Amino acid sequence: MAIRESMKISLAPISYCWSKADVEQFYQHVATSSIDTVYLGETVCSRRRELKFADYLALAHMLKNHGKHVVLSTMALVEAQSELNELKRAINNGDFSIEANDMAGVYYAHQAKIPFVCGPTINNYNRASLDLLHQKGMYRFVMPCELSKDWLQAVIDSGSQLQYEIEVLGHGYMPLAHSARCFTAKHYQLPKDQCQTICQRHSKGLLAQTQESQPLLRLNGIQTQSAAQVDLISQIPQMINMGVDYWRISPNKLADVTLGDTLATLLNQALLNDNATLQDTLTQFEQSNTATHHCNGYWFGQPGMHFSEQSAAS
Amino acid sequence: MELLCPAGNLASLKAALNAGADAVYLGLKDDTNARSFAGLNFSAPQLAQATQLAHSQGRKVFLTLNTFPKPGHEQRWYQAVDLAAQLNMDALIVADLSLLSYAHQHHPHLPLHLSVQASATNLGALSFYKEAFNIERAVLPRVLSIKQVRDLAKVSPVKLEVFAFGSLCIMAEGRCHLSSYVTGQSPNTGGSCSPANHVRWQDSGSDKLTRLNDVLIDKADASQQLGYPVVCKGRYVAQYDHDAKYLLESPTSLNTLSLLPELAQAGIASLKIEGRQRSPAYVSQVTQVWRSAIDTYLNSPASFTEQPQWSQALAKVSEGQITTLGAYERQWQ
Repeated sequence: MAIRESMKISLAPISYCWSKADVEQFYQHVATSSIDTVYLGETVCSRRRELKFADYLALAHMLKNHGKHVVLSTMALVEAQSELNELKRAINNGDFSIEANDMAGVYYAHQAKIPFVCGPTINNYNRASLDLLHQKGMYRFVMPCELSKDWLQAVIDSGSQLQYEIEVLGHGYMPLAHSARCFTAKHYQLPKDQCQTICQRHSKGLLAQTQESQPLLRLNGIQTQSAAQVDLISQIPQMINMGVDYWRISPNKLADVTLGDTLATLLNQALLNDNATLQDTLTQFEQSNTATHHCNGYWFGQPGMHFSEQSAAS
Repeated sequence: MELLCPAGNLASLKAALNAGADAVYLGLKDDTNARSFAGLNFSAPQLAQATQLAHSQGRKVFLTLNTFPKPGHEQRWYQAVDLAAQLNMDALIVADLSLLSYAHQHHPHLPLHLSVQASATNLGALSFYKEAFNIERAVLPRVLSIKQVRDLAKVSPVKLEVFAFGSLCIMAEGRCHLSSYVTGQSPNTGGSCSPANHVRWQDSGSDKLTRLNDVLIDKADASQQLGYPVVCKGRYVAQYDHDAKYLLESPTSLNTLSLLPELAQAGIASLKIEGRQRSPAYVSQVTQVWRSAIDTYLNSPASFTEQPQWSQALAKVSEGQITTLGAYERQWQ
């Protein structure tokens, strides 16, 4: 079967607190990769100020000059007025569209007539809700991470062709929850207001295991992530056929840029090839790249932490 | 200031009304609400009976429709909206955009309360729901400090309801996937957090264990009490550490009695008691205390003090018999 249309690789915003130098170095690598779309910005905690808005904007322009499509990501949990002001500033940046991760982002983007992506923390659980947000200016949505392949197919099949793009998290630690409490500061017995951005110590969050040494969660400030990385590499051909437009990588290290670059190159080549060849290549690639703790349960309608051996043909 | 109490069945509804609730909230016997437990909630005829009973005493009754319709099954949720309108219920508690839209279009006179599951924590989000669906009220997630509640109440385009007492959800509600990560079911998708069919209480020699879909949530010796196993209240071992700790939160309940004057002065329209899954005795006890506290405050705001017998009575029905102010108190955060 021929490939329906090309799927692109996107890079989610860095969800951890990295130093400015590390962030800049990271995006220098991204700039020269084959990754198509880059989401940029602080989405977890407004107390992280390693990079200011102007720094992100400078990075956005640098990436744009390298041919990347750039989207400015905004906060998932917006409480204080100062956070609302920052949100409005991101929306009115003048050059880039935004990823709304809270309904406030949807509201102000709609008011400003700025097109937006709905990030994974906007509750889109059915077609009518998606269509409604499309009317407000949504041109793409990232599937909430607890939803499945069958859910997505049902959304695609209900009604006329979708008027907006689909993005699915294919690789990385999943954002599972956000709280007012900073779990990293709590762990170090620091009050949130004097947290010293202690979360900087953990470049991919702080692993929490059960008392039977089963990895369960990663604590990333006010965000709780999955301890296992979602891995949907073998599902790529099927996702292409379903009509998924963007395959998202949530990065936690430089090697994730290499992964994105390799996949993007494969996808570009696959345009000249067929699905079976792509499947073979990806299966080989996945086998040689499998890390210790992966999961794909949500995609198959199971508990998110499960890993199912179902093949792409299923 | 309204006292809004939970009702998981007719007995609880009567207990709430007898103890002085101004309004009660309840759900249907299916996955249209996030307390979809066996043996709980109301059939359509029971809902009619409950509404009639509440109205006959001049009280209000709200239908909780706080889950997100699944593709292909939307009719079940739409029918629930129609039923509430037909029964002349006083409001719907809704989180999903499509459902808000349906209710607003088909039953514009049926008041809409934005469920806590919609996770609206700021002026922008509240303005969105007000302008799009003319919501009358919003329930605030348990993530705001009392100062943030006060600030938001000053500018909010809608009336605000807050959680006053009950189980403490420590995440931004409606956007928490911890339960589905472990069990496959979340409040949003399956209608419950930590569904009972995945819960296991084990005895292992001198230790007691709680498991959720086989994942060990907590372990304790016979002298300690274990809470119902939810992922956010388990004891885990952090990287570079050796001891198991409550890394997120310990089993504890929210109790805001001491904040009553501040919530009243902030203009909060309604105080919500959590616990549709709890017994009629719980509903009765908690409702009595809060009725008494609110009346005492309203009679003489200046001289209000929290009475020890109130807190004692509430501690008895609290998880782990421990209560907290949760996120209302900045230090907790």
